[in-house]
Amino acid sequence: MHLMYFTEQPMSTYPADKGLEFGATALMFSNRYFDPVDGSRLYNEFLEQYLYAEEVGIDGIMLNEHHNAPFCMQAKANIFAAILAGMTEKVKIVMLGNPLPLAENPVRLAEELAMIDMISKGRLVSGFVRGGGQEQLAAGVNPAYNRERFEEAHDLVVRAWTETGPFRFEGRHYQNRVVNPWAVPLQKPYPRVWVPGVISRETIVWAAEQRYPYIALNTSIADTKKIWQVYDDVALECGYEAGPENRGYLIQVHVSDNEEKAIENARQFRWMQGEFTGLAHPVWSTPSGYSSPRNRRAFVEFAAGRRANPRGQTSFEQQMEDLRIIAGTPDTVVPKLRRILEETRPGILALWGNDGTVSQEDSMTCIRMIGTEVFPAIREIAKELDLKSPFEADAPVSIKYSTDLKAPAAAAE
Amino acid sequence: MAGGCDGYWQETEVAGVPVRYCRCGTGSPVLILHHDIGCPDRAAFAEALSGSHDVLMPVHPGFGLGSERAEWMRSVRDLAVLYRGLLAKLGIGRASLVGLGFGGWVAAEMASMAPADVDRLVLVGAMGLQPREGFILDQALVGYIDYAEAFFKDPAAFDAVYGREPTNDQLEAWDICREMCFRIAWKPYMYSQTLAPLLGSVTAPALVVHGAEDEVVPADCAAQYAATLPNSRLETVADCGHAVALERPEALARLVLDFIGE
Repeated sequence: MHLMYFTEQPMSTYPADKGLEFGATALMFSNRYFDPVDGSRLYNEFLEQYLYAEEVGIDGIMLNEHHNAPFCMQAKANIFAAILAGMTEKVKIVMLGNPLPLAENPVRLAEELAMIDMISKGRLVSGFVRGGGQEQLAAGVNPAYNRERFEEAHDLVVRAWTETGPFRFEGRHYQNRVVNPWAVPLQKPYPRVWVPGVISRETIVWAAEQRYPYIALNTSIADTKKIWQVYDDVALECGYEAGPENRGYLIQVHVSDNEEKAIENARQFRWMQGEFTGLAHPVWSTPSGYSSPRNRRAFVEFAAGRRANPRGQTSFEQQMEDLRIIAGTPDTVVPKLRRILEETRPGILALWGNDGTVSQEDSMTCIRMIGTEVFPAIREIAKELDLKSPFEADAPVSIKYSTDLKAPAAAAE
Repeated sequence: MAGGCDGYWQETEVAGVPVRYCRCGTGSPVLILHHDIGCPDRAAFAEALSGSHDVLMPVHPGFGLGSERAEWMRSVRDLAVLYRGLLAKLGIGRASLVGLGFGGWVAAEMASMAPADVDRLVLVGAMGLQPREGFILDQALVGYIDYAEAFFKDPAAFDAVYGREPTNDQLEAWDICREMCFRIAWKPYMYSQTLAPLLGSVTAPALVVHGAEDEVVPADCAAQYAATLPNSRLETVADCGHAVALERPEALARLVLDFIGE
């Protein structure tokens, strides 16, 4: 079991009333409300949290990025990854991930990640994402080609990491005259790639085809099981059997030394008017062409206020009930996590510990209790349930490097 | 064509893509190119022209439900070339071009690439040039209904075309149109950086029309077209938004018929 700590790095000091007044806290919510004095303090507090996570024995630090919104202060995940590469010794630096379609030059991304891998002495896990709809608009990147750019940039990055240069790349969205980076990853054949996601079936299928672990982001137990069904079916078609080493799960868990305080702090997971990614116009979160055509009808009806958000929108209480938010002392948190592990059998688990206005002191308490009480118990449960991480299972980095592929089972007559 | 295009639809393949078009009337050929929000069935403007002209109104491929898109298409100029192919396939050597909004950009591209093949050029609220002041309204940031409503000065005119509560089919069609706009006109958004110099080659007489209350395309675009097209005239339609053909069909038909001939 690989156990990680995550925070969205919330810019929690923005004036919430201004967000409500404007009616949105994403993309177009003015950065006049971003205070760099607070920003400076918060960045350094997050860094303190990460260093402490390593100190208390957490295996990995999960990083991500978003743009134009207070819910996440990381505008470039590689910045924190580079800092952690130099300042930590043992933790895996798990990027979930770099939004590939936003890259105008994927080779530069490959170089940055190779540098992080070398500086960290091989501790990089290089996850990739499509980026949210709003990120495409914030970056001016065409949402209609999001998936094409994702797949093409991935292929270019992997080639830049694994093929001897110089070579030329002529793709549909990327053309690179000379690919010959003088920075290549320390890990061979290349750093592990994990793919996080929430809803898109296409991404689950793609991850399974690559044999990359898929990290379900705070989905319900029932939805997580559906994701694994899709993944497992594609895996069999591709000639391998998926197991816990292919499965990751991120869940909002706040741990404290008393139950009431834990629940009070956990309410901060819904700190931005009940939407953890902030309020946004639906056409910002799902620009035309960004989503699968099969979801088109549902999204346009949602955008016109004629149906509920296809991505789901549930109350704090309901999320507690569904175990999408867990809060309490280690004694009450561990049995709930056990249930998730038993039901969904992941080999990678990330706890999203703190959000919103949770104080630095409470955040540090949460991290300490996760590292010294919750995770040791989880490790025992993982042994009992035989939940191995990709590292423990020595899983191949990708399907291309698999030596155990079977011919797909013949279709039933 | 009374009441709409029912019964006048045909389809042919151009550049590997099926192109649906409404064709009706007799006389000199007129190609009408529709807005970026699709081709409404209610076509009073086209109907008025069809009394004295061979009116051809295609649906831009990929703009609307059941309209197959050209996966390869990457620019508005590609669409203009495709329509050159459509005219050739239908044996129309020379036609008048009437472009509405986004369709005005397509028409301007067509005129610039084959000046000798244009009888008269009419650009109505045409996109395609970068305004020196203001911006072309960015549909990526507004809802489907909000964007279409912005095409009209009078909300009642919007209601008359789309209904007070547009159907879910209409919403879906607008999303499909929007995706196609992104595919071919994302950056720079809704204008070309190379069109203006090429407009100098256009020899056909041109009529540039602008709704006085257009909130989608700044009036400066019309001023630039009028200044750049060598043989042009600018008309402003008072009390009218971007969608002149939908909001003031009779007034526009009068202007156009006076210009291209009854």
